[in-house]
Amino acid sequence: MTTSIEASKDNIELTAPVPMTPLQEFWHYFSSNKGALGGLIVIALIFFMALFANFIAPHSPSDQYRDALLLPPAWLEGGNWSFVLGTDDVGRDILSRLIYGSRLSIAVGIVAVTASLVMGILLGLVAGYCKGVVDTAIMRIVDIMLAMPSLLLAIAIVAILGPSIVNAALAISIVSLPHYVRLTRAATMAEMSRDYVTSSRVIGASPLRLMFVCILPNCLAPLIVQATLGFSTAILDMAALGFLGLGAQPPTPEWGSMLANALQFVQRAWWVVTFPGLMILITVLAFNLMGDGLRDALDPKLKQ
Amino acid sequence: MFQFIFRRLSLVIPTFIGITLLTFTLIRLIPGDPIDVMAGERGVSAERHAELSAQLGFDKPLYIQYFRYVTGVLQGDLGNSLVTKEPVMSEFLTLFPATIELATCAAIFAILIGLPAGIFAAVKRGTIVDHSVMTFSLTGYSMPIFWWALLLMLVFSVNLGWTPVSGRIDVTYWIDDVTGFMLIDTFLSDEEGAFGSAVSHLILPSIVLGTIPMAVIARMTRSSMLEVLSEDYIRTARAKGIAPWRVIVIHALRNALIPVITVIGLQVGILLSGAILTETVFAWPGIGKWLIESIGRRDYPVVQGGILIVACIIIVVNLLVDITYGIVNPRIRHSR
Repeated sequence: MTTSIEASKDNIELTAPVPMTPLQEFWHYFSSNKGALGGLIVIALIFFMALFANFIAPHSPSDQYRDALLLPPAWLEGGNWSFVLGTDDVGRDILSRLIYGSRLSIAVGIVAVTASLVMGILLGLVAGYCKGVVDTAIMRIVDIMLAMPSLLLAIAIVAILGPSIVNAALAISIVSLPHYVRLTRAATMAEMSRDYVTSSRVIGASPLRLMFVCILPNCLAPLIVQATLGFSTAILDMAALGFLGLGAQPPTPEWGSMLANALQFVQRAWWVVTFPGLMILITVLAFNLMGDGLRDALDPKLKQ
Repeated sequence: MFQFIFRRLSLVIPTFIGITLLTFTLIRLIPGDPIDVMAGERGVSAERHAELSAQLGFDKPLYIQYFRYVTGVLQGDLGNSLVTKEPVMSEFLTLFPATIELATCAAIFAILIGLPAGIFAAVKRGTIVDHSVMTFSLTGYSMPIFWWALLLMLVFSVNLGWTPVSGRIDVTYWIDDVTGFMLIDTFLSDEEGAFGSAVSHLILPSIVLGTIPMAVIARMTRSSMLEVLSEDYIRTARAKGIAPWRVIVIHALRNALIPVITVIGLQVGILLSGAILTETVFAWPGIGKWLIESIGRRDYPVVQGGILIVACIIIVVNLLVDITYGIVNPRIRHSR
């Protein structure tokens, strides 16, 4: 008797599940995507590596071991376990340079994405909110920037400002600006026609309050996705600029510039060529996987 | 229809003006006096400085300088290279065929692999085929192509010795420059084996340059096919008992291709900027390598002119894609 009552109690509880909070719901969808979860784990590892580079790296990235030039990776004949991934042409440990290189890539990614995100949100909000001449002017400029391939524009900017890692980061953030402007503008215009915006305006909210407190939080989902994907573009462009000699300058341990003079080692030291590129690929892939996962988890259309 | 084309054309003019403004300003953002920069280390006397300044129009107000610049650009005059003293336009025209040849082969590679892969993945949705196509395309999409170039070179040129390392053709051949396209020129020439040599030089650069477009095309084809395959008329066609391949190729693919064509058109920008990296690695004598070398030599007129031309090509191609899209899809033509 008592068991049946308890059983029916259970039934009642089952028919009325507690609704998930938005965060739980997001995590539910995100974590069911194995690729996205894998990407997140890899990104966490790379962040950890970047933060604690000086504890993890076995050697200093700039120390030159004159008696260990172009040493192959440890598991090969002639390798040395003190230089796990081998050494480059001046005897620097490749593994340590890769670990320190993650610092630079992550830092450039953060700076470039933050800068273009902030500028893009401001311009996009203003364009979407003001409409008319302001909107047209901003969108024309954005269209012009979109007409140029991002790498070409970045190269042009760096060519003028001079090659350095700061200028490269600046160029990358300018180049990725158009996407954020367009996304914010489109989302702002969609939100502007909603009732809650009208009612806030009737209550007497100032334009600034309307833009940043009412509208902006509701436009964030596509921007978060774009920012994640922007990270991968920033790292890729940074490496490309470094490879062309327009980004980080030697002897800075940057993944792209580590490959800049790798062409001459293609014949005799494959490890000098292989590992930096592999790091770039893994990092970029992780950000792309996570970006795709975020998009699926945040897009209400796909949830149904 | 004409109204649509006209409206689309009128949008190009402000973009063009913007691009010229951009390249005009870029060259003036170089720190220091432009003539001192051009003169280099040695510097010039004050009289020569004034003379050059008058000759190049730097003594005039900015808006007159800009007006002169645009007038020159419209007549195809992009100034002269500081290093070779040749007109930028003629240098560009001699190098451009090499880049077009490479980009075309890369695009063909991307379409030939990407399109069937995308269709296959959509048809076999959720299977191992689908997952592996998507994994490969995401990897391709994330690829640092300069490294990919080095890696392929390491495996196929150095270790296996199948393909040459760099350049457009073996130095043993001397080919008359008829069209500038090595494939056509070697085909027309009498030299034995020259055509084969040109083809083998093209393989690796084309694969490298085509990798990202291939990944984009495969992803786009898959999602577009999936959308079309869930339409009612596909179910109707299947219910009528039409052969499965016929439903896929005739009924679904034709409609799924519309967005894919747009995406293919948009790859021109990716191909041209990717050419900068690919040409640098493979020592391919095209405009990408030319631009990078000019930056290294501080040959600013070449940088300015090259960027302007590339941007214009991309604008024109995007315009053509838009117009084609409008012709194919009436819904676009009549919107707004």
